[in-house]
Amino acid sequence: MMDIWTVLEYGAWALSVIFGAYIVLDWIKTDSTYSEEVLTSSREGELEAMTEQHKL
Amino acid sequence: MATSATNAPEKVGLLRVLGPAHIWALGVGIVLVGEYMGWNFGVAKGGAFAALIACWFAGTLYTCVAMIDSEVTSTVAAAGGQYTQAKHIVGPLMAFNVGLYLVFAYTMLEAGNAITVGYLMDTVAAMTGHSGLDQRPFIILSIMFLAWLNYRGVLATLTFNLVITAFAFSSILILFVVTAPWSDASPMRHAELMTDLPYGWLGVLASMHFGLWYYLGIEGTTQAAEEVRSPARSLPFGTLAGIMTLLIAATLTWYMCVGLMPWEYLGGAGVPLFDAARLSGSSWLVVLLGVGTLFATLASANGCINDASRAWFAMGRDHYLPSWFGAVHPKFRTPYRSIIFLVPIALIFALGAPLDQVITFSILSGLLEYTFMPINVIMFRKKWPLDTIKRGYVHPFHPIPALVLLALCSVTYFAVFLGYGTQLVAMVAFYIVVSLWFHFWRYRFVNRGAQFTMPWPRPKGY
Repeated sequence: MMDIWTVLEYGAWALSVIFGAYIVLDWIKTDSTYSEEVLTSSREGELEAMTEQHKL
Repeated sequence: MATSATNAPEKVGLLRVLGPAHIWALGVGIVLVGEYMGWNFGVAKGGAFAALIACWFAGTLYTCVAMIDSEVTSTVAAAGGQYTQAKHIVGPLMAFNVGLYLVFAYTMLEAGNAITVGYLMDTVAAMTGHSGLDQRPFIILSIMFLAWLNYRGVLATLTFNLVITAFAFSSILILFVVTAPWSDASPMRHAELMTDLPYGWLGVLASMHFGLWYYLGIEGTTQAAEEVRSPARSLPFGTLAGIMTLLIAATLTWYMCVGLMPWEYLGGAGVPLFDAARLSGSSWLVVLLGVGTLFATLASANGCINDASRAWFAMGRDHYLPSWFGAVHPKFRTPYRSIIFLVPIALIFALGAPLDQVITFSILSGLLEYTFMPINVIMFRKKWPLDTIKRGYVHPFHPIPALVLLALCSVTYFAVFLGYGTQLVAMVAFYIVVSLWFHFWRYRFVNRGAQFTMPWPRPKGY
């Protein structure tokens, strides 16, 4: 019978693969669903331009 | 395919969802592992009192860092933290270097934390009678799980950090209360264990390097600037509460450990707080501090992934790196490509490099970053005096904290040079080479006007 630590080792390998696969599949799905313009449309300080005027 | 979905948004950006408690958790979470392990190598260099001097010396250094950071970042509410500050205040080449310092410091620290998770699992397995545990699946799982968490959204990521960081900090407080130094029944033996400086003042200087471990990473709070609901208020509040927490945790940790272990043992201990719990004679304290050690390690790795990816993302968004890295996930609103890109790098270092080298490169990158900060804040006050930009926090006694920070950094460079001269020279040579690459090649791709979109007034004299 496998001891608990051997089971944990296999479990850790399996979970690593699951998390990795989730990230890669979602990455491919996202990149193929949205255009590059939308994905890279973030600009620094845009929210501040609306909410903070930097005036005393 | 690259076509927009039917009801796809036109623009996506990071999400402003965090509060001051998340900022505290990000700052303290990255650092607290340094209380659980690492700081005690300074004890081996110069004895117990040298480690205390290093603790407060580095505490002064980081208090200056926290105050300076709080003022500048309360006006620069954008991802990238010190990279973005450098871009606006000093210039592109400084910003490029600072961005790399950040990514290196955090990714190396993440790798170091993952190695530690593997070591902790091996220690627990050995305590239960299992020898020869394969540490690799636990190292990889810690990186993959935390990358997944970061990928899915910043609110869950930092709420998770808040819970495990609060647990790890509370464990230190509980250990202090249970060992009851004020009572006669306390297991602490300061009177018997404390000695004079075994290697004199040179030992104190050599232990300075390890004083940084108590606080290294508190400056990471600024990376959340674009995702916090009220940056001008929350960033200074979270950062300053964080450094106060760490000063308390560091001093208590030193006090308990030197009262329970002789300095000759403490200086080489792998997990000193865990050992302190074992010496307290309470089995539930051993479990508590064991879990606290694991949580502190995970919190640090988690915060590192968050911070390194924001710095990498900000550099991509400004075209300092390929703009491909400047993408935001339309659903999770995270810099997902930067998170993904840094995963294999962290894995390579975690699986293929020794812990002390990994941590040394992290500390050296951090030190270069701290040297930039006083220059940054002096230029900030000069170009944008107090009456030109509204600040969420104004740090007192300017320019004394900046000058103190500069002086303390100089001493630390000397101390690091004594112990890790080759690495220091190699690191500086690396940054010189990449600076040349940036200046002569990469900067031509930067859209010079588009990188300054903050609604700031013109600097004084321009």
